[in-house]
Amino acid sequence: MFEANLSLTIWIPVIGGLLILIAGDKWSRQLALLFSVATFVISIPLWTQFDSGTAAMQFVEKRPWVDTFNIYYHLGVDGFSMPLIVLTTFMTVIVVISAWEVIKKRPAQYMAAFLIMEGIMVGVFSALDAVLFYIFWEAMLIPMFLIIGIWGGPNRVYATIKFFLYTFLGSVLMLVALIYLYLKTGDTAAARSFSILDFHKLPLTLTEQIYIFLAFLLAFAVKVPMWPVHTWLPDAHVEAPTGGSVILAAIMLKIGGYGFLRFSLPITPDASRELDWLIILLSLVAVVYIGLVALVQKDMKKLIAYSSIAHMGFVTLGLFIAFAIFSNPEIAGQSARFKTAALGIEGAMVQMISHGFISGAMFLCVGVLYDRLHTREISAYGGVANVMPKFAMFMVLFAMANAGLPGTSGFVGEFMVIISSFSANIWYAFLAATTLVIGAAYTLWMVRRVLYGEVANDNVATLKDIGTREYFMLALLAIAVLLVGVWPAPITEVLHSSVNNLLQHIAVPKY
Amino acid sequence: MQSIYLGIPLAPLAGAIVAGLFGRQIGRAGAHWAAIIGVGIAFVLSLIVFKHHIIDGAPDFNGNVYTWIESGVLHLGVGFLIDPLTCIMLVVVTFVSLMVHIYTIGYMHDDPGYQRFFSYIALFTFSMLMLVMANNFMQLFFGWEAVGLVSYLLIGFWFKRPSAVYANLKAFLVNRVGDFGFLLGIAAVALYFGSLDYATVFRAAPGVASETMPIMAGVEWNVITVTCILLFIGAMGKSAQVPLHVWLPDSMEGPTPISALIHAATMVTAGIFMVARMSPLFELSSTALSVVLVIGAITALFMGFLGLVQNDIKRVVAYSTLSQLGYMTVALGASAYAAGIFHLMTHAFFKALLFLGAGSVIIAMHHEQDMRKMGGLKKYMPITYWTALIGSLALIGFPFLSGFYSKDAIIEAVHHSTIAGSTFAYWAVLLGVFITALYSFRMFFMVFHGKERMDEHTREHLRESPAVVTVPLILLAIPSAIIGFLAVEPMLFGGYFGNAIKVSEPNVLAEIGKDFHGAAAFALHGMTQPPFMLAMAGVLAAWFFTLRRPDLADAIKTRFGLIYRILLDKYGFDRFNEIVFAGGGRKIGRILWRFGDMRLIDGLIVNGSARVVGWVAGIVRHVQTGYLYHYAFMMILGLLFFMTWLIMR
Repeated sequence: MFEANLSLTIWIPVIGGLLILIAGDKWSRQLALLFSVATFVISIPLWTQFDSGTAAMQFVEKRPWVDTFNIYYHLGVDGFSMPLIVLTTFMTVIVVISAWEVIKKRPAQYMAAFLIMEGIMVGVFSALDAVLFYIFWEAMLIPMFLIIGIWGGPNRVYATIKFFLYTFLGSVLMLVALIYLYLKTGDTAAARSFSILDFHKLPLTLTEQIYIFLAFLLAFAVKVPMWPVHTWLPDAHVEAPTGGSVILAAIMLKIGGYGFLRFSLPITPDASRELDWLIILLSLVAVVYIGLVALVQKDMKKLIAYSSIAHMGFVTLGLFIAFAIFSNPEIAGQSARFKTAALGIEGAMVQMISHGFISGAMFLCVGVLYDRLHTREISAYGGVANVMPKFAMFMVLFAMANAGLPGTSGFVGEFMVIISSFSANIWYAFLAATTLVIGAAYTLWMVRRVLYGEVANDNVATLKDIGTREYFMLALLAIAVLLVGVWPAPITEVLHSSVNNLLQHIAVPKY
Repeated sequence: MQSIYLGIPLAPLAGAIVAGLFGRQIGRAGAHWAAIIGVGIAFVLSLIVFKHHIIDGAPDFNGNVYTWIESGVLHLGVGFLIDPLTCIMLVVVTFVSLMVHIYTIGYMHDDPGYQRFFSYIALFTFSMLMLVMANNFMQLFFGWEAVGLVSYLLIGFWFKRPSAVYANLKAFLVNRVGDFGFLLGIAAVALYFGSLDYATVFRAAPGVASETMPIMAGVEWNVITVTCILLFIGAMGKSAQVPLHVWLPDSMEGPTPISALIHAATMVTAGIFMVARMSPLFELSSTALSVVLVIGAITALFMGFLGLVQNDIKRVVAYSTLSQLGYMTVALGASAYAAGIFHLMTHAFFKALLFLGAGSVIIAMHHEQDMRKMGGLKKYMPITYWTALIGSLALIGFPFLSGFYSKDAIIEAVHHSTIAGSTFAYWAVLLGVFITALYSFRMFFMVFHGKERMDEHTREHLRESPAVVTVPLILLAIPSAIIGFLAVEPMLFGGYFGNAIKVSEPNVLAEIGKDFHGAAAFALHGMTQPPFMLAMAGVLAAWFFTLRRPDLADAIKTRFGLIYRILLDKYGFDRFNEIVFAGGGRKIGRILWRFGDMRLIDGLIVNGSARVVGWVAGIVRHVQTGYLYHYAFMMILGLLFFMTWLIMR
């Protein structure tokens, strides 16, 4: 349709955000809705016109930017980034709707922050130039920092500082790695390039790869977040306003997973193979350890935050299980290995999309309750289903999705990753599958304490059921969760070529 | 024909959606009609399919409807396998479901959640049908989890009751433990068979039979054995086998119609169905079969004991269900899959009947479930009485009634079986017959005979339940009485199941079949056999202790106080789980959180490094005094150092 679909998806929300800042509070909501819906609509052709037969970058835009260093304004998407972009534009619409009546303090700035962040996040997913990527990557922190810092809870200063330092420290080494890679691309300034695709082709020694891998790992592990660099997330979530939590959980965590796919795996495949045990170990720790920690949380947001970490464990597990499969002598033949490995990587991607919907929905549910009673303590609730039956219906649905019930999106990715990891080692699958019990335990135990039973106190008795706006936004997510659950094929279809290409690439040693 | 197959699950689904989403608009009657018509259509279509395949002898159907996902090794989709095993399940499920739907109109008459209830049970029927019609493991698992979900929602239907929401969480989690094994089993199938399609997997099974998989360094286990045991763990959860049985008695917190439909007739038998479906795999591993046999035998006998000490009418029936599920599992372990499915079918009828009968009593008693407050209901509720009598006699295996044929076949099959554990299993199921008769008729006599122990107010209002309740009772009593007589020959010895069930030699049912000379002769012969004597002894003992000398029962309670307390404590399973798993999980979680996350990572590393930075900054800060001469002095000092270094190097 347009030559510059990606640019439009990045800049329309950014410009929209700036316009809202200028226009002020009065029409900020309507304008924000307009711009977010427009961005979503513009992002749809990325999906519908996507050619799933090729692993090459599509919707490419490339213009010189800084000639001296061969930096380009270079955008493009493949099967990995495209679904995440559409997820971003979709979730932003939801966030705008969720803030409609709730944010009374400086609504224009709130909306603007989210729209600008939307553009930046799309930029992260579509940048093919390392400098451009890094700028978007760091820029993303600013609106989120502001959102938590201005509209956040009482302990927001500690949370923002922790959030900022964690993520910032994580990415400094990444910058070093990117510059190192740039220097390796050629001997003269004219021959060098910041193109990520050129980085993929670099022949690096194992030692080089391991250093670069570790530098990337720190950056991405903080974002995902992986144990033990995860403790910023519960604090950030607890202090963030609902919309902030939704974007944080639904999109920002995915940027870590995406980073592994775009950088770590293709640039340092041999280091990934050497260190796959480390990532797999940390992923399984996330599933089991964090799952148990989630069980004892008293604050709903903390519980869901921990649950997010546990679910993201499946993403990192699925991505790195490929290497364990490659080195498993039990599986005969390259083609069989490729197929089981593909299952893991595609499972990880599906899990990212699904977790975007489910964690977003869960945080919105908590937000709905918080807007009414201004507490997130589980013990402050009880018997909510008596007074809010419609809300209870949605919350049970999302809880079931969070517990990985088949028919919801939550099941698909976990199932694929578990099957894939079974091929690598039965005990990986065994530990990963404990989520069936632990995940159900913490989610449904919360549901029981919040929704079920007699009306617990007078505050709960006064609760009003969700209104049309809240119904609409939860229904949109419910449809998404169920649709991906019963018909995940559209997501995996766009992945096949990219995954195969990636597997071909990482199966061959680079040096 | 294909559209008929599709119509079977979709009709109840449509009913569920209409009743669920538009319940308020269409009202109570609209909701129950929507659900009943949906399930009714499914029942009629099931009969058509049954006629088409069984009576007209059409070949099995195996086809895909749509693709769910295609990724890597797996091609997953929705597909139907219609063979004799599916056909019988279809008819049983839709018939019992239809009866329960009709019954619900009477039972839930005054409940505010009427529409929601109909939506749930129609949704359940859809899920159960998808489960039995599946032609692949994936869809089986979908149905498997979906019935679990509906069970969760229905046990907690009265979500204001703490006991109900405790029970539904417990049921879901215990089932999840089973699913944990089941899912790993499916993963093993996917890896070693390269497909999740039944047909492909079963074809490949003999080739995989000798393969082993590495468990630990140097330890290799047979693939089929591991796979089958993992799958069976799933069955243990859903079909409530020891030690994953703990959820079923508590599930009685749900309304009685769903106890009949889900927790007696259909959902809990999904595990039995699944193992029978997997017979081509289980037949390749005698180890797995032994596990199945022993677990089933333990469940059959020891859960029966628990029924003896219960006073809640529904709980007695629940323990009876556990015990009967044990019988079915024993049949599977003895490779008598056909007998297991046969007992599944007869049990579905008579146990649904008994539950609905119990429900009818509960309605009359104004939701009193304690049998000690009942008695003498015979004269007030004749239809309930007579149907309950038929159900109880069928349950204890009275000759010519349905339960006799299925249970006797199981006992005979175990008797002929030679695999490890079969001797124990034989004595367990034999003794179980006596126990079954004892608790069944203890309940029967306590409820319908003897002194009227209820209060005056309740007695005045005692009357027979309305027709929507009694008609399903009568309609269920008919098959409970006669289906065994009619079906025993084709199902057990006539090759009804064809290729749906594979049994390798020695085929125990075939051996029994050599002595089979018709259903009537089988029953007459049965009257001279130990099971019949044991059953009669059980009835007699029940009569003696409940009606003739009730004081003796109390004497026994005190005499054998320890055993009585162990039985009341349900062997301590619940307490163990509560302390070790629930409590232990929380405790570990708290330690990991408090110590790992808060102390170690946040306290030591994150805030610690912040403190280190602060400390260093505090020292370095002294350098910045703000006095110009300090800075000038430093500059000169630095310049000196720099120059010295330049000169000296």
